[in-house]
Amino acid sequence: MKSPEITIIDYGLGNLLSVSRGFEYFGAKVKVTSDPKEIINSSRVVLPGVGAFPNAMALLEKYNLIETIKEYGKSGKPLLAICLGMQLLMDKSEEFSHTDGLGLIPGRVVSIPSLDSLGQKTKIPHIGWSSLCPSNLEESWSNTLLEDNNEGDSVYFVHSFQVLPEDPADEIAYTKYGGHRISSVISKGSIVGCQFHPEKSGLIGSKILSRFCHV
Amino acid sequence: MGNLRLIARLDVKGTNLIKGVHLEGLRVLGLPNRFAREYYRQGADEIIYMDVVASLYGRNHLVEIIEEAAKDIFIPVTVGGGIRSVDNAREVLRSGADKVAVNTAAIKNPSIISDIARAFGSQCMVSSIEAKRISNDAWEVFYDNGRERTGLDVVEWSKACVARGAGEILLTSVDREGTRRGFDVELVQAVSSAVSVPIIASGGMGSFQDLLKVVNEGGADAVAMADIVHYGRSDFATIRAEAIDSGLGVREYEIPRDNDN
Repeated sequence: MKSPEITIIDYGLGNLLSVSRGFEYFGAKVKVTSDPKEIINSSRVVLPGVGAFPNAMALLEKYNLIETIKEYGKSGKPLLAICLGMQLLMDKSEEFSHTDGLGLIPGRVVSIPSLDSLGQKTKIPHIGWSSLCPSNLEESWSNTLLEDNNEGDSVYFVHSFQVLPEDPADEIAYTKYGGHRISSVISKGSIVGCQFHPEKSGLIGSKILSRFCHV
Repeated sequence: MGNLRLIARLDVKGTNLIKGVHLEGLRVLGLPNRFAREYYRQGADEIIYMDVVASLYGRNHLVEIIEEAAKDIFIPVTVGGGIRSVDNAREVLRSGADKVAVNTAAIKNPSIISDIARAFGSQCMVSSIEAKRISNDAWEVFYDNGRERTGLDVVEWSKACVARGAGEILLTSVDREGTRRGFDVELVQAVSSAVSVPIIASGGMGSFQDLLKVVNEGGADAVAMADIVHYGRSDFATIRAEAIDSGLGVREYEIPRDNDN
C-alpha cells in the first residue's frame, strides 16, 4: 500500500517534531513546510499550534499563509487543525484583544470559565487527560475522525481557551472540565479540529492520526 | 476538576538516569529512555526529564535524549535543567519537548518566565521550585539542586511566577526528595491554595498512601514519581488501579497487548 502523505504547516509555533513523529510512527510520509504553493498542492494538511491566538495569526500573516489556508480549507481536501490550530479555524477570538481568525468554521474562541459548575475556582490552563463524549447521541462516530475510537477514550489537553461553534452540529465530541462542556472535536466538511493533542495521546491519539490519513 | 496526572520524573546526569537523596548523593540507574519507554507502556501520563548538572556546567545534554524519545513515546514531555534563555527553550521545544521547566535562570532573572510565556504560551512554561522548610509554616526557595539558598519565600515566589506567566508549578521538597518519607503535604497545600495554576507535587513518595494524602489534603493536581518506580517498588499500572479504587479521578488506560502495537 502506498504510504499516506501529510503536509504540516510550519509557521514557527508548536512541537512540530512530535506531530511529525506521530504520523511517521505508522509509516506516513511527512513534509513540514511554510511554502504556500506546497501547501495548496498537498493532499492532506495539518495545522498545528500552541501559544497565544493573536501571536499565531500574526505569524500566519508574516508567513503569508492566511489566504493559503483559507483557500486550502475551501478546496474540499482534508485539513486537521490541532489545539491552537483548531481555535484559529474560527471567526474570532477573545484572547487578549479581539482577533479575527481564519473563519473556516463559524464561531468564536473564549476563555474556559474561571468557576466550575459548583462555583469553585477552576484550575486554568486545563492540563491533562480527559475523556471524549459523543456530541450527538443519535449519530455514531463512524465516518468521522473518531471512527476508530470509543466513547470515554482519554486524550491529552492543554489549553486556557475553548471554541464555541455557532452551529452545534459542527461539534462531534465534547469533554467535561470543571462541570462545563468543552468542544473537543469539531468538523465541517473536510475540515476537522481537535482541541487536544492526538500526537501526545498515546495509542488512542495514534488511532486518530491514522484515521486522518485515510479520510 | 481535571483528572490527577501520574508523572514519571527522570533526573539525568550526562547520558544516565540517576537518583539521589535530597537531590544529592547520586546513583546511576541506567539509560533514561529505557525507563521512559517502560513508563510509557505502563501508562504514565507524562514524563519530566531534568538535567541535574546542567545549571552547574551551563549546558543541557537532554536534546539528543528527547529527540530519540519522540520517536516512540507519545505522551507529553517536560524538560528542565540549564534553560536560561528563550533560545534554549526553543531548542528544547523543537526537539520534541512540550514544556520547559525553569528554576535557576528565573531566580537570577525573573523576566525569563514572561519571555518564554509570551513566545510559546503559558502552557509550556513550568516554574520548577525547590523548597526547603525553614519553620513550621514557611519554606525557602533553593536552586542548584537544593544547594543554594535565595532568601525567597516559596508561596510568594510561586505567586510571582504565576503573575509572570507560569502555567504550572513543579514543586519539589528538597527535605523529602529521595527519602520515601512521603510528600511535604503542608508545602503543597500552601502553594496550591495560593495560586490558580496546576501544581505537580514532587519528592518523597514512599507508597500509594503518600500520593493519596498529597492529593486529598495538599490539593496536588499531579504527582511526580521517581524512586518508587525506578526501583520497582511500584509501577504506573498498580498506582493507577489504586487511585481508581480510592476514588481519585485518573485517565482510564489499559496496557496494550503486544499484538496491538
